[in-house]
Amino acid sequence: MTTLSVNEKKHTVEVEADTPLLWVLRDHLNMTGTKYGCGIAQCGACTVHIDGSPQRSCVLPVSAVEGKEITTIEGLADAELLNEVQQAWLDFDVAQCGYCQSGQIMTATALLNHNSSPSDEDIDAAMSGHICRCGTYQRIREAIHHVANKPSVNIK
Amino acid sequence: MRWSLAQGFSRRSFLRGAAGGTGSLILGVKYSPAEGAIKKHPSSVINNFIRVDPDNTTTLLINYAEFGNGAYTSLAMMVAEEMDIDWNTIVLEEAPTEPKYYSPLFKEYLTAGSVTTLSAWMPMRTAGAQARDLFLRAAALKWDTDIKALDTQLGNVIERNGDRSSTYGDLLVTIEKESLTALSNVSLKNPKSFKLIGTNTKRIEGTEKVNGSAIYGIDIKLPGMLYGSVARCPVYGGKALSWNDSKTMAVKGVVKTKRISSGIVVLAKDFWSAKKGRDALEVVWDEGQNASLSSEKFYSEYKALASKPGMLAEDIGNSLKVLHETRDTIEAVYEMPYLAHACMEPMNCTAMVEQDNADTDKISKCEIWSGTQYQSNDQEIVSKLLNIPQQSVTVHRPLIGGSFGRRASKTADFTVDAVEAANGENVPVQVIWSREEDIRGAHYRPLFVHKLRGALDDKGMPLAWHQTVVGQSIMQGTKHDPAYMVRGMDIYSLDGCLQEPFGVFRYGTSYAIPNHRVESHNPPKVGVNPHEWRAVGHTHTGIAYECFLDEMAHAGGKDPLDLRLELTKDNPRMNKVLKLLEEKTDWNTSLGEGRARGMAARIYSVSPCAQAVEITLLDNGEFSIDKVVCVIDCGIAVNPLGIESQVQGGISIGISAVAFGNIEIVDGRIKQSNFHDYNVMRINHMPEIEVHIIPSEEMPTGVGEQATAPIAPAVANAIFAASGTRVRSFPLSKHGFKLI
Repeated sequence: MTTLSVNEKKHTVEVEADTPLLWVLRDHLNMTGTKYGCGIAQCGACTVHIDGSPQRSCVLPVSAVEGKEITTIEGLADAELLNEVQQAWLDFDVAQCGYCQSGQIMTATALLNHNSSPSDEDIDAAMSGHICRCGTYQRIREAIHHVANKPSVNIK
Repeated sequence: MRWSLAQGFSRRSFLRGAAGGTGSLILGVKYSPAEGAIKKHPSSVINNFIRVDPDNTTTLLINYAEFGNGAYTSLAMMVAEEMDIDWNTIVLEEAPTEPKYYSPLFKEYLTAGSVTTLSAWMPMRTAGAQARDLFLRAAALKWDTDIKALDTQLGNVIERNGDRSSTYGDLLVTIEKESLTALSNVSLKNPKSFKLIGTNTKRIEGTEKVNGSAIYGIDIKLPGMLYGSVARCPVYGGKALSWNDSKTMAVKGVVKTKRISSGIVVLAKDFWSAKKGRDALEVVWDEGQNASLSSEKFYSEYKALASKPGMLAEDIGNSLKVLHETRDTIEAVYEMPYLAHACMEPMNCTAMVEQDNADTDKISKCEIWSGTQYQSNDQEIVSKLLNIPQQSVTVHRPLIGGSFGRRASKTADFTVDAVEAANGENVPVQVIWSREEDIRGAHYRPLFVHKLRGALDDKGMPLAWHQTVVGQSIMQGTKHDPAYMVRGMDIYSLDGCLQEPFGVFRYGTSYAIPNHRVESHNPPKVGVNPHEWRAVGHTHTGIAYECFLDEMAHAGGKDPLDLRLELTKDNPRMNKVLKLLEEKTDWNTSLGEGRARGMAARIYSVSPCAQAVEITLLDNGEFSIDKVVCVIDCGIAVNPLGIESQVQGGISIGISAVAFGNIEIVDGRIKQSNFHDYNVMRINHMPEIEVHIIPSEEMPTGVGEQATAPIAPAVANAIFAASGTRVRSFPLSKHGFKLI
């Protein structure tokens, strides 16, 4: 039995210790907002926050995150109120197919929490671990700059 | 749209609790608001595409897939414009897989070819106008007044010079009482009076895509569902001779293993266990006849073929004579590799095969949940596979995590995996392809070799052109053979090479070269499954044609843009696009040391599109694409915001291909396997993209693939302008040009 804290809620699951967090979230907790893209930490679709820091859940054994606070895309909004990054993603109409955007938003949120006015180079450094095959990168960059230029920057 | 965050979640929970069942899935939620309304008011059903609830919700039945293309938004805009309804009262529902919902162009339930906006333009506007007319007539009867005294305003009928008004929903009672029905002949709005069409409209399913509630095929969860992972032969087309599953069955959660057409499937209670079990499987393979194939062999065979006469596709003037009589001809051979689509959502499908209650040996029906572009084909293939009537196969289409042509599978490969895996299990089965299976899935943009020869006149203008195109046909031997094969030639292989229209493609290159000859070879379809890939033929013809035209411009001492302006002077649409490109790029200014421009222009599926790129090239071969200016003429711009995103996306995927894209076959095996060796562009590679849409009152035409067509040659031409090196085999990384 493994006990996990996901989006400030405790869950107990019965899985092998080597099971990646991604598949625990998706198949055992039915939280499907976190996506499978590559399985080898190359694309970023599976990004979640572990104690606030963005990590690739596809290579993170569930045994390594016990006792830590896990935040997923489902945990960013406060009920109906989207966080500022999610709202900027809507305002800039970033998503196309949308499949990679959970991961993009998780990393962008962490970036902006850590660095309230990232330069283009900072954005490249933080976001280049993510792949979007639809090519939404220009709008991602614009949305991040937009959030950074707003007065409040403490996002989540 | 009506989905607030809370509603999205609650409807999503409804799906989670639903036991398979029928009904519609749209945006991943099982929801039919008008079903109750139909019971109360049969008149809720306005026509094939529209239902109206008493609470004034309008449900639109959408018969095209949403995979990032923006179809849901554009189609809803068309209806909302003509019907005059509030955008926030619209609910979308998937139209069932029935002939009345087939694409009028394809006569199938298929979303492809960048023709959705064009195909839906009249049907959806007409449906909206019919509804508006019906409510106006109902109000006129109810109030006993002249219809001319009435107008509509966002879901209400109002009296122009009176106090009375009614919501559409409240008029359902009158429609029913008076037995009113929608008229087939209604007038449509004059485009000059459009209020919504032509405005920047955000994606209708945008909220679901930022809060994690959007349901893609891979997110379908059904009670008792098992997950499947398939062990496939490392050589495409090979078969399992035998397998030992003792280590697999020892993996916790694994339920069973069994043979399906594509290999051995491991079924388990979650995907990780299925995959772990699959990796532990010991299989003896018969690799079959593809085991000796390699990309290198294909290149050498195709290059030899390119020097031999092929089937004659076009022969304007007399190219052979002119070239024979010309002393200094220009010659080149271009090579383009296989490409994988690599959609972010790997292929997957969920299936439930139900047995007959009376006779458990018989199958009664099948339901599939699939992110598919091609519902009618999936339905047809599954019905044949299970030997049940086509209407006994229900196809649900959740949201789709990218496609680029991959999910218009003529073989229904990933659907068949799930149906075969589910057959006999009595529970739903979801088969998910690992990224490695997805990259090695062998449904590729085929490898092509083009041989070109050209002659210039004494003014340096192209006088003769001779192009020989060698590559596997996509359509040959498929059910599309009659429509897409012309005199034995696949029109897709040649799209963008011919000056005149060819087969069903009613457009040419837009250039006028007096002597123009194109020949085609379709080598045997072995090794892989040649497949459509965003912009299809243009992904290789674009490079060959536009780079060679650049070579001719250089040889004739012409500026490449001036040359194209001259060659298109009898094609006003493309000429206008090129003139705007010249203006917007400041083409005639210098960029300075280490920087250069390149350009290309293409017509794919009617819409002319031209692009100029600016690059910076370093001494070590590293280069950045700093800016792309794109001009497109797509007729009426239904949603400019959506067009801009499609153009950005089309350019992005084209840059990935020209810079990095390379699937190689070695000893029958696909060398690449995942994103570490099948590189694609990332945010740091992304140029600034400027999009200019030509104002137009023509019918709206496609934008999804058009911007992919010119970008690769525009980049390659910029590399030449910066370095003097003419790259003729791709990707650019093969020659030390590394995109940074």
